Amino acid sequence: MTNTQHLKTDVLVVGGGTAGTMAAIKAKQANPEAEVLILEKANIRRSGAIAMGMDGVNTAVIPGNSTPEQYVREITIANDGILNQQAVYQTGKLGYEVIQELDSWGVKFQKDTYGNYDLKQVHRVGKYVLPMPEGKDLKKILARQVKKHKAKVTNRVMATRVIVKDGRAIGAVGFDVRNGDFVVIQAKAVVLCTGACGRLGLPESGYLYGTYENPTNAGDGYSMAYHAGAELTNIECFQINPLIKDYNGPACAYVASPFGAYTANAEGHRFVNCDYWSGQMMLEVWKELNSGKGPIQLKMTHLDEDTIAEIETILWSNERPSRERFHQSRGENYRTHGVEMHISEIGLCSGHSASGVWVNEKAETTIPGLYAAGDMASVPHNYMIGAFVFGRLAGTNAMEYVEGIEHLEPDTDWLAAEKERIYKPMQNPDGVPHTQVEYKLRRIVNDYLQPPKNTHKMDIALNKFINYHDTLDLMGARDPHELMRCMEVHFIRDCAEMAARASLYRKESRWGLYHYRIDYPEKNNEEWFCHVNLKKENDNMTLFKRPVEPYIVDVNLAEEYDVKVTAN
Amino acid sequence: MALTNQRVDVPVIVDESKCLEKCHACIEVCPLDVLVKNPETGKAYMKYDECWFCLPCEKECPTNAITVQIPFLLR
Repeated sequence: MTNTQHLKTDVLVVGGGTAGTMAAIKAKQANPEAEVLILEKANIRRSGAIAMGMDGVNTAVIPGNSTPEQYVREITIANDGILNQQAVYQTGKLGYEVIQELDSWGVKFQKDTYGNYDLKQVHRVGKYVLPMPEGKDLKKILARQVKKHKAKVTNRVMATRVIVKDGRAIGAVGFDVRNGDFVVIQAKAVVLCTGACGRLGLPESGYLYGTYENPTNAGDGYSMAYHAGAELTNIECFQINPLIKDYNGPACAYVASPFGAYTANAEGHRFVNCDYWSGQMMLEVWKELNSGKGPIQLKMTHLDEDTIAEIETILWSNERPSRERFHQSRGENYRTHGVEMHISEIGLCSGHSASGVWVNEKAETTIPGLYAAGDMASVPHNYMIGAFVFGRLAGTNAMEYVEGIEHLEPDTDWLAAEKERIYKPMQNPDGVPHTQVEYKLRRIVNDYLQPPKNTHKMDIALNKFINYHDTLDLMGARDPHELMRCMEVHFIRDCAEMAARASLYRKESRWGLYHYRIDYPEKNNEEWFCHVNLKKENDNMTLFKRPVEPYIVDVNLAEEYDVKVTAN
Repeated sequence: MALTNQRVDVPVIVDESKCLEKCHACIEVCPLDVLVKNPETGKAYMKYDECWFCLPCEKECPTNAITVQIPFLLR
């Protein structure tokens, strides 16, 4: 018999990473008397995308260096015009306060000899990159602040669904990934902060967990928001990154290029004019690799000893510190070898591109009481500071929303059905292992969804993803840990179907490689200058156009874009 | 369904002579929750082949009992 735990809180935050810890802290600051609970399937001390810290801020809008308006222009161009500028503006406007607050908590940012933040240029125009050579303890510092603010934390419980009643979010269900308890949480508002869908494509190494994103980020929130009835947007704008080949982590050009490193082809020639990760840059990388001029590399061999040593110190203590042993085990060294780079598998992540749950400038989704922040919330190119900003907005606004709201009792039949769905693999312990079911699913993603996209391939993909429900039914789990992985495969399947449908729907090419269609190779602003949104309607995935919100900052896209192309 | 046990080269290596029976530091910080205690010896080991080679287990081990290798397929 499965034990059931019942929990109650005012604001429930699902996922205790970058956005989630900040959401909980800000909710408690807004009302210290109210209860805030973070539900985390790992442990908030080391969870989420920044488990081992971060080596720099990519979107720091610091007075005197740039303005929120300049930042909005930059992101408008980088995301080919498809964005809600008001939401992006929030990251530009509030990012400085976030950095100052983190600074006051003991997070170290690089400063010059005058004590000013030492910004670097990686973007096309402005300076937004702020190094954090000592950023390794970021997550521990956030966990300490969560405790200090008296937000509650339940680690090792994974949410599977948001509970919706009378059209609003009233809690979540899930299970304890260690003891297997069924967990029902009633809440007046729910904030989803579960990160990217980083386990969508299969890395070329074949290792399921050798992903760019923390592999715990399996698209949980994309799937949960979808089943709650919320709109998702820009799903066809995939995340594809230039990464260290095989290692599949950042090299990292944002750290190294301000020191003089650059991306080069096999002959040592530059072929991208800007190392800022955009779909356009990725298309240039893809073309270079396919022209036979590869392998490509991040080149540092021309730099002096002190500079290389400084780059090593940063790269080997932050974010993905195992880079050091990766290079060493191959006998490679930045002084003598370029870092061989490759194109990553596809994923969904608004931290880098734009795919996510639709949110407005208050971090509200289209379901009352349901908020989203971080990599899973669509605020284009939002990176870590955007996750903090939207975590903050979600926490503050959710706390405001819950005032005067009562808990609602979840529907017992619905709970029973969800419980049965979750525990099904446990009834079949000798069923197909989740590893094989996941491997095959993600290989299909690679075979048919990886750009360049075309209708025929994506039709096959969609058909396979729909039929994959039957394959999921074959999965077996021998313990709660395996059950966690099984339920993650359900999330990945949902994300794969969304990725196929959204990509088929947008009949043009946009965002460089992210949505490069062989059968519609041109950008078509007349028909497709809009968001492609999707949602669950009567158990069907429905797609529709959503107009781009009126700009608050003027950007002449045609002019900017042409300049960018001819500059190459 | 017939299942088979395959041998796998795992990334997380625990030096049992250094691992403390009452300590759970590595188990608590692993994002993927792949480490458990061997109930017979009280020593930690990698039970599930799902490592992100992120290193919290190694960094937070009080006795330096843990070494994380890059997974074989990526090495």
